[in-house]
Amino acid sequence: MEFVFKRPESLIDVPFHFCPGCHHGIAHRLVAEAIDYFKIREKTIGVASVGCSVFMYDYFDIDVLEAPHGRASAVASGVKRALKDRIVFTYQGDGDLGAIGIAEGIHTANRGEPITLIFANNGIYGMTGGQMAPTTLLGQKTTTSPYGRDFTYDGYPIRMAEMMATLEGSAFVARVAVNNPANLMKAKKAVRKAFQMQIEGIGFSFVEFLLACPTNWGLSPLEANRRVEEEMIPYFPLGIFKERKMADYL
Amino acid sequence: MDQSAEKILVKGNEAIAMAAIDSNCLLYFGYPITPQNDIPEYLSKHLPPLGGEFIQAESEIASINLLLGASATGKRAMTSSSSPGISLMQEGISYMAGSELPAVIVNISRSGPGLGGISPSQGDYFQATRGGGHGDYRVIVLAPSTVQEMYDLTCLAFDLADKYRNPAMILGDALLGQMKEPLIRKKPPSLPLPPKDWALTGAKGRKPNRIKSLYLQEGELTEHNWKLYQKYERMKKEEVRFECVGCEEADLVIVAFGSMARVAKTVVELAREEGMKVGLFRPITLFPYPEKPLYELSRRVKRFLTVELNTGQMVEDVKLSVDREAEVYFYGKPPGALPTPEEVFEEVKKSMG
Repeated sequence: MEFVFKRPESLIDVPFHFCPGCHHGIAHRLVAEAIDYFKIREKTIGVASVGCSVFMYDYFDIDVLEAPHGRASAVASGVKRALKDRIVFTYQGDGDLGAIGIAEGIHTANRGEPITLIFANNGIYGMTGGQMAPTTLLGQKTTTSPYGRDFTYDGYPIRMAEMMATLEGSAFVARVAVNNPANLMKAKKAVRKAFQMQIEGIGFSFVEFLLACPTNWGLSPLEANRRVEEEMIPYFPLGIFKERKMADYL
Repeated sequence: MDQSAEKILVKGNEAIAMAAIDSNCLLYFGYPITPQNDIPEYLSKHLPPLGGEFIQAESEIASINLLLGASATGKRAMTSSSSPGISLMQEGISYMAGSELPAVIVNISRSGPGLGGISPSQGDYFQATRGGGHGDYRVIVLAPSTVQEMYDLTCLAFDLADKYRNPAMILGDALLGQMKEPLIRKKPPSLPLPPKDWALTGAKGRKPNRIKSLYLQEGELTEHNWKLYQKYERMKKEEVRFECVGCEEADLVIVAFGSMARVAKTVVELAREEGMKVGLFRPITLFPYPEKPLYELSRRVKRFLTVELNTGQMVEDVKLSVDREAEVYFYGKPPGALPTPEEVFEEVKKSMG
């Protein structure tokens, strides 16, 4: 019998610890598929962040370095500067990149470090138990915005992809979702493109994933999937915000 | 790299930058802060032609994490800063100690607390020798007192960091960083070093390497902390360094490090001129602290005067080290200006009764 669908080689054959209906596993898989596609498993170094994504080293069959909370993009820049011919990526949550590590993320992009940032935006702090994230939507209830996020108290959800795209240093910026097969296929393409930008030395690449967090949203997996479509995508539009064709400079 | 024995006149900060290059450290990350800017300025000029990397980061937090990433590849890397910047780096230093990553961190310290000032100070002694960040860890701390030592000890710091897979710190101060002295730019012989088979280089022809400091499984973290402890104990056995000046016949021994030890050396001379038997014990490694040599000394010498450019930090280590019957006096000066040798000599006279 012929295999038509199998586990990517870059993923280790262990069950994910992620909650039922969580989209992290799908995003992990898409990254692993891109690594397989370009046959770069043996030259890729992943940088794990702090949050649900910290256990990356349990799942990816590659060298992995664990960064302090928020610092993954600086850590990854250090790796890349030391080993310029390797492929380096981070996988960071919204607290990691959008809050505590926003300076490191922006300056990494601004320096045009030829690395790839995978940004997992589920609008909530998953690992710590459902607190407000910088990307939590207005009105959204979390354990630290029990009355719903109010911009007069908490400000607005940050659109990271759009912000990254404004920086001259970024070469490829996209926002994707995996809530349905059509979006998933676009996400797969975007991740592949992001790694390609790095492999070809074109520059810094950034893919924001809108991910469901049913557990902390207090929804069933199906309801959470619907919420991505109905509430997240209208505020965080999907698409490619920037795509350089070559390593160009001002 | 100039390996001739010719003497050159350089600033302490420049000597550190030269030592980095001569130690094959071609990766530097830093953020400007007085009084250590000569280091990034020198390296921004000299690293790129050597194929090295220099990044002026957006903060000391970014600097230490760039350092963390670079050192994880097994290559030598360095950052430098001064007190407030070193405070910002403490998170990263804790992670590096927990992840067992070697790198050199230079603190050309200034005065605090807070923004403090840019004058020399030894107010960072506790921070440097007690780990500095969260968790139960130590960094190797070397305290130069001349420009030549700024060079020699930086070379040594790279070797010690690699030998123990641990961050190593140079604790200088504004005086040592900014003053010029003759330097013989000749790299000391390297220590035998273990292979870096833990480095992240891409899992080619081997199982993936993982570098982390998170241990959640039952018992794992306890074991990890014991492992780190054993490493620190080994440092205490093998790496203690100090200098003794006229301690053999001394009735009183001054204990001082770094720039204060320079003043203390003059005090020893002043005392000798007046026929007083005064010696100097100068710790070169602040961690591991020379506890045993100081204890041995205190079995004979019963009076110690600790002199520091703060209101009393290293004196605690002196008290912990010496024999119970020994008297430990303290003369400290908060940052501003170094005390004159005469001023310290007055304290020596008081302590000798």
